[in-house]
Amino acid sequence: MSKEVFILGEVREGRIHSVTYELLSWGRYLSDKLKVTLSALLLSHNLKGIDEAIYYGADRVYYFDHSLLKVFNVEVYGDVLIPFIKETKPEIILAGATTIGRTIMPYIAGKIKTGLTADCTSLDIEENSGLLLQTRPAIGGNVLATIKTPLYKPQMATVRPRGRRPLERDIKKDGSIEIIKPDININPKMELLDFKPRLEGVSLEDAEIVISGGKGLKDPKNFSLLFEISKLLESSGVGASRTVVDMGWVEYSHQVGLSGKTVNPKVYIAVGISGAVQHLAGMMDSESIIAINKDPEAPIFQVADLGIIGDALEILPVLKRRLEERKR
Amino acid sequence: MNVYILVKQVPATDKVKIDETTGTMKREEMEAVINPLDLYAIEGALQIKELYNRDVKITAISMGPSKAEEVLREAIAMGCDSGILLSDRAFAGADTWATSYTIATLIKKLNDFSLIITGERATDGETGQVGPSLAGQLDLPVVTYVSKIVDINEEYIIVEREVEYGVEVVKVKLPAVASVIKAIGEPRLPTLRGKIKARDTKIEVYNLERLALKREDVGLLGSPTRVVKIFYPKISRNGEKIKVNNPEEAADYIIGFLQERGIV
Repeated sequence: MSKEVFILGEVREGRIHSVTYELLSWGRYLSDKLKVTLSALLLSHNLKGIDEAIYYGADRVYYFDHSLLKVFNVEVYGDVLIPFIKETKPEIILAGATTIGRTIMPYIAGKIKTGLTADCTSLDIEENSGLLLQTRPAIGGNVLATIKTPLYKPQMATVRPRGRRPLERDIKKDGSIEIIKPDININPKMELLDFKPRLEGVSLEDAEIVISGGKGLKDPKNFSLLFEISKLLESSGVGASRTVVDMGWVEYSHQVGLSGKTVNPKVYIAVGISGAVQHLAGMMDSESIIAINKDPEAPIFQVADLGIIGDALEILPVLKRRLEERKR
Repeated sequence: MNVYILVKQVPATDKVKIDETTGTMKREEMEAVINPLDLYAIEGALQIKELYNRDVKITAISMGPSKAEEVLREAIAMGCDSGILLSDRAFAGADTWATSYTIATLIKKLNDFSLIITGERATDGETGQVGPSLAGQLDLPVVTYVSKIVDINEEYIIVEREVEYGVEVVKVKLPAVASVIKAIGEPRLPTLRGKIKARDTKIEVYNLERLALKREDVGLLGSPTRVVKIFYPKISRNGEKIKVNNPEEAADYIIGFLQERGIV
């Protein structure tokens, strides 16, 4: 059997999630360098649009179809994937650094004993050895470390979402689909009782624009302006510094930073955030950054592409009005 | 019911100092603290103690140099009952697999337990891998990103977990591994009684020999991964910094910036 690079695709609520296409883009780059087959693993039930994985770069799709695979369950995924990995012996397995990827990948790596690198922002192949070089931020983004797994296979990594553009969709691309109906013999010890979908908007990790506020906004009422502005910008979400989350202005799910979420949107807008290391760690890798702050010496300006020295409390209402006018 | 929580001593990352000329971290100037996200693991365990309403014994476990005993005493001061430190020169340089393996070996030696609770991740390594890896090695179910403990009895625990697309309510058969996030609730402060107890409690120490482990299976030798190099990202973007005269001008700049990127 030819050698393979695997990407673990992600299916959320019955649809292939975009992180799958980003992983295929990384996987294509690595498998071309290694001259091996790129295979996408998809676990679901009655999944539509499987061809998309091929259009976005896969040579082969292994589609595991079973009613128990409809929702993510770490034990069931492990029961399906571990024997398959042992049999196919891929060189590399990539998954998204998402709640699914960050759960299943260490679970598998723990069971089969191999190296796993979390939250990679860059991947490459080492010359001569052909080993996977995995680069990731650590210690609050103060350091980047390149890590490899010299003696164990597969070499496993979770990859930070939105770090790489998917390839151009090519409907003429060749590829094969292998449908596998796995026997699932385990009695899962976990059961999903209920699911409360998020009511509106995209998740912070998926947002193309994140507008975040800090204590410079003075009070929760001013902070709510960020939500109003976010509604006017497509695919956007509201973030917050740790300070304002700790003060109870907004829920923890909005916190960006070392003890919150890591985001890398197209545009990150930091409003009234001074830019403590704690916060920078969660947003420094954004494609572009706008900072609005009264204090010209605020450290946030060091990471900003556009720094506005001015009063956020005056600027936000005007920005909101101008965006509303554009909508009309 | 026995509950284990995992805690780690980390550099106080908020106060990281970088040497301007070399771009390296001034480690000697950094103090060590309990991983802030582990406080939520302790809080989760204390909530379980209240909810279960029967005898719950919470043991904090840490791996590190003997100095890491401090974080175990801190955990006891907050309400944990005892502490175990995994400490041996041979454990140094462990990656997440070797760390999980060492902890898994300890846990197999200890009494029966119902739950192992971890924080979401440590603020130094930032991997969040030890919880699920430990579950894999001990063949236990693992529930990650727990934001609320709904119910617990001797058979199972019901929790809410936050995922990107919503909130799941999950029932997990015990024993299990759970990693909790900050939404679990504000960690309580150490009590005076707790502090006295922390001072007087003897911390159990397990080394390589006591765990009957082989040197080649732990620490750097037992780690599948290797660090190839460490480097320091350039954080400066050298962007424009503009002092605006009025909010309209600020809005012009911001909208212009968004337009250039095809967003509005």
